[in-house]
Amino acid sequence: MYSQEIMQRGEGPIVLKRRQSLLIGTVGEGSVMGLRKKDLLGLEHVETDEISLILDTAASMKEIIGRQIKKVPTLRGKTVVNVFYEPSTRTRTSFELAAKYLSADSVNISASTSSVVKGESLKDTSATIAALGADVVVLRHPMAGAPGLVANTVKAAVINAGDGAHEHPTQALLDMFTVRERKGGLEDLKVAIVGDILHSRVARSDIWGFTKMGARVSVCGPSTMLPPGLEKMGANVLENMEDALLGADVIIMLRIQLERQQQGLFPSVREYARLFGLNREKLALARPGALVMHPGPMNRGVEISPEVADGTHSVINEQVTNGLAVRMALLYLLAGGGTQ
Amino acid sequence: MKILIKGGRVVDPVAETEKNLDVAIEDGIIVEFGNNLKEDSAEVIDAVGMLVAPGLIDMHVHLREPGYEAKETIETGLKAAVRGGFTGVACMPNTKPVADNQTVISYIIDRTSGLGLARVWPIGAITRGSKGEELAEMADLKKAGAVAFSDDGQPVTGAGIMRRAMQYARMVGLTIIAHCEEPALVAGGSMHEGFMSTRLGLKGIPGAAEEVMVARDIILSELTGCPLHIAHVSTAGSVRLVKEARARGLKVTAEATPHHFTLTDQAVEGYSTSTKVNPPLRGEEDVAAVRQGLADGTIDVIATDHAPHTPEEKEVEYDRAPFGMVGLETAVGLVWSELVESGILTPARAVAKMTINPARILGIEKGIIQPGAVADITVIDPAREEVVNPNEFASKGRNTPFAGRKIKGLPVLTMVGGKIVFSRL
Repeated sequence: MYSQEIMQRGEGPIVLKRRQSLLIGTVGEGSVMGLRKKDLLGLEHVETDEISLILDTAASMKEIIGRQIKKVPTLRGKTVVNVFYEPSTRTRTSFELAAKYLSADSVNISASTSSVVKGESLKDTSATIAALGADVVVLRHPMAGAPGLVANTVKAAVINAGDGAHEHPTQALLDMFTVRERKGGLEDLKVAIVGDILHSRVARSDIWGFTKMGARVSVCGPSTMLPPGLEKMGANVLENMEDALLGADVIIMLRIQLERQQQGLFPSVREYARLFGLNREKLALARPGALVMHPGPMNRGVEISPEVADGTHSVINEQVTNGLAVRMALLYLLAGGGTQ
Repeated sequence: MKILIKGGRVVDPVAETEKNLDVAIEDGIIVEFGNNLKEDSAEVIDAVGMLVAPGLIDMHVHLREPGYEAKETIETGLKAAVRGGFTGVACMPNTKPVADNQTVISYIIDRTSGLGLARVWPIGAITRGSKGEELAEMADLKKAGAVAFSDDGQPVTGAGIMRRAMQYARMVGLTIIAHCEEPALVAGGSMHEGFMSTRLGLKGIPGAAEEVMVARDIILSELTGCPLHIAHVSTAGSVRLVKEARARGLKVTAEATPHHFTLTDQAVEGYSTSTKVNPPLRGEEDVAAVRQGLADGTIDVIATDHAPHTPEEKEVEYDRAPFGMVGLETAVGLVWSELVESGILTPARAVAKMTINPARILGIEKGIIQPGAVADITVIDPAREEVVNPNEFASKGRNTPFAGRKIKGLPVLTMVGGKIVFSRL
């Protein structure tokens, strides 16, 4: 089905790699796995084989993005509703394009221009979206747990596009995809996540995801931004950035929100940059060929120096492209034939 | 009108005894204890296998009226009370308007009379509007019927005003009930700070937010000589502070809620807003310390902090939901299942924490069962079980984290002034 559709695009036959054929070629043979849940709310409750499936699927999708005509009819007739209660450029655009490349209809709702400003509850807004016939609801929300509330209200698949400080699973998946593509795998890699761990949903999803896939994750940040219990999530907790970078294969820098300084979480941007900013000298502590990543948007000169952000180790722009592939994969798996 | 409660086991929380006795009631008064009392023309209640206790008192209830009648009214709250085995409740002043003046206290008392349900003892505010700025008219509040003072729901943030409040309350002769919470440490948190809050990405409230205020208020109680009652103790540190204060002979008492001795922050998994409560559900060590405090007598009182909210208020994002859970109709079952069955408390000591102990703190002549006393009586069937079903609640509030939980040891008959106000016998 799916493979036929791809071929019908007239782009010539596509060579199915083994992992792709696993996904696409064996429908009906009982060996194809799907995602076990209707929704993707976080990586904590996603199994290793599901993560592999998503990443494998994303690899096929990346091929589509590379084509001149970036469109397949796979999700024709399906509707994806992007509901964004927080401002977002890359994630929202990424989901929107992912839907479009798969020929789904997509609609964007942002809180500031919707009935949310009239005081409608999330539950009622969800019910309305469901009644309009959404197949997938992509939700970005400032409060942890909001996607679960929506998932319990609607039949559609819900994809968490970031909820408060809880999880941002698609970001972690694209991070893993990027690393896997560059490094050939994730097992035993040393991953350092640096910055405001306390408020970071990216850090939480990355910790769950990378550790599940066999990587060793260290988290590092000022003591005021290291919440309790990170060890129990499987991470090694460090307050010294040099320790975290030593021998790292992957460095994930987190955005520091400058208003945290007013909240008393660090004394000054200057000192923060000195202790927890990534520059060329600190990068030298990592392994040769280490990858530098950032979920964006960056504060250049604060958590990352421009020379590192634009340097040879940086895969920051690749992350964006890969994000699109990962989101296409998820839309396919959750709205297409991918679910069991 | 004569009633004979026959064959039950009378629990006397003052003497800490249990005896097989029949209880004869006439004209609202307990007239006789004895074995094989004659039935005469009395209505007979068969209490074989059951415990006959003084009427239970919940000294920490939010009845919500006036002002928040969508959440609860005095009538629905008192129906919930008697269904939960309580013959009397003390209600917190965070109504709208706040019970910081005689009029509101009188209104509550007026609305209660004639309902024929549980008794109500209003608690007056410490400060005007519970804003923590100016003292409420405490002497007038007492004159109107207030039995204690509290700004519950809010801490009294300033140490200076709390000191004056305690000095004044001591003169008036009533206890200060402290809601201990340092706002700067709560800082917008919505659950206990720990591994669970990190995992769920919810802002945490450290145990220290409670403990620094418990410590401060104990120090101020010592300074002023004012009796201090710490509401809803939830952390190991608070239990330790109270224990130390008591060891030094200070007039400090404390209460714990069924949810704080039963549940940990693990319950927040899944973001069910029925688990959102202030103080929050704490860690395992805290729950263990609260149980230990109940066992060793550091915690004198079990009170529910019954805090009803409407479903629409609770069916929102976790951060947006109001704090509070209902408790009146599950309290006895939880006390029995969690504390008595497991041997942490004897029936008599469990009953004391819901009768004579709160009565003494509030200065009301209740909590005793003996001939001559007014017949406020609760009959508990320690063998009776139920699965908690919020739809059966008499309260308007359905916000309980215990829905679907099996509890054993239920109130089966509630008698106020010799009148049966609730029975499921």
